[in-house]
Amino acid sequence: MRYIRPLSIEDAVGQLAGAAGPAAILAGGSDLLVRMKGGFIEPDLIVDIKAIEGLSEIRETAEGFSIGAAVSCAVLGESAALKKAWPGVVEAAKLIGSKQVQGRCTIVGNLCNASPAADSVPALVAAGAKAVVVGPSGKRTIAVEAVPTGPGRTSLTKGEIIEAILLDKRAPRSGDAYLRFIPRTEMDIAVVSAGVNLTIDEQGVVKAARIALGAAAPTVLLVEEAAEALIGRKLDEAALERLAKVCSGACRPIDDKRGTIEFRRKVAGVLARRAATTAYKRAGGK
Amino acid sequence: MAGVAVSTTINGDSVEYLCQPDETLLDVLRDRLGLTGAKEGCGTGDCGACSIILDDRLVCSCLVLGAEAEGRRVETVEGMAHGEKLHPLQQKFLEHAALQCGICTPGFLIAAKDLLAKNPDPTEEEIRFGLAGNLCRCTGYDKIVRAVQDAANVMKGA
Repeated sequence: MRYIRPLSIEDAVGQLAGAAGPAAILAGGSDLLVRMKGGFIEPDLIVDIKAIEGLSEIRETAEGFSIGAAVSCAVLGESAALKKAWPGVVEAAKLIGSKQVQGRCTIVGNLCNASPAADSVPALVAAGAKAVVVGPSGKRTIAVEAVPTGPGRTSLTKGEIIEAILLDKRAPRSGDAYLRFIPRTEMDIAVVSAGVNLTIDEQGVVKAARIALGAAAPTVLLVEEAAEALIGRKLDEAALERLAKVCSGACRPIDDKRGTIEFRRKVAGVLARRAATTAYKRAGGK
Repeated sequence: MAGVAVSTTINGDSVEYLCQPDETLLDVLRDRLGLTGAKEGCGTGDCGACSIILDDRLVCSCLVLGAEAEGRRVETVEGMAHGEKLHPLQQKFLEHAALQCGICTPGFLIAAKDLLAKNPDPTEEEIRFGLAGNLCRCTGYDKIVRAVQDAANVMKGA
């Protein structure tokens, strides 16, 4: 096995693309090292991307925010500007693991680990976040929901690295929120979760909405019908009822030790409803 | 396998070592450098017994490669006392009997040190959440929380 710490993204891409055997990207390592220890992966090459210029930074641009792939969730949670603009994304990222894990884990890692229960992913999908993918054939920007293709699988091809996550500049009167259900108060994996992102007009009528569910299907679910249930209305009881019903109906969960299909369906609706209420308040709705 | 040559700083001292590319920083600390304060509980980042501070961030050293410490600053429990003088947290853990078997203690001490560095006056709830990444199977946490509260009071007065 070789460990390398390239200084440029081009070098990192070249090393990954040219690797003869299995290769792994190392940012926070909170998934990779566990998988290596468990014998689930035996990479010949580990490419540590933390020394690549710019990858450890959160940049505020004219278009919004660019969060580098090596930014730990601890650092992300300390960004006042990001917390103000995208509180739902930040609260989701802050739910990943313990303080110790927060010091290492990244949202790009959370995305590329492709767990259906990843906490930051529904919040990012609701936020309309994009991933900047750099590979042997150049750079492309794709929707976050296009990255995971199934549990543990992504659409990334050999040599490709997600360099950053992009979040748009906030429209006025916008808010987002993320909630998950776990049977404890801390340090657990989502049984089911919901991310909601709303923009309202001056009267409190929802102009735009994105609702995403986690741990409810093999990949994160962007529920377009749920957005339709809210757009053009105030967030009244009828709209919330409809939202919960649509979200419960959209789930395709599994039965496992953490929750049954029936439970996950019901709670998906409850969480979507509660997250929508918080997002609406954050947007300034009453 | 060729070793990776690493130059780093541990508890204020410059340290150089050779390690294997897949060797964790925890294994380097314990097996190569003789710093056995950090313990391996789970080896998968769940128990916090291997907690260290890496460039001012609390991390599990079982989830860090030894090679990654190049050019960085590592703080372990061995760096907390000054000679014979214990760190206030260590002193208060003793006074409150906040340990039984002691396996989790170095991790708790380091996590509590990091917590108080960032939040010198935490509430009980903040302490409990702040230390949620450290598992203890003996004391039931109450004594640990009280020791941290008491140490925080001492450190504020210092």
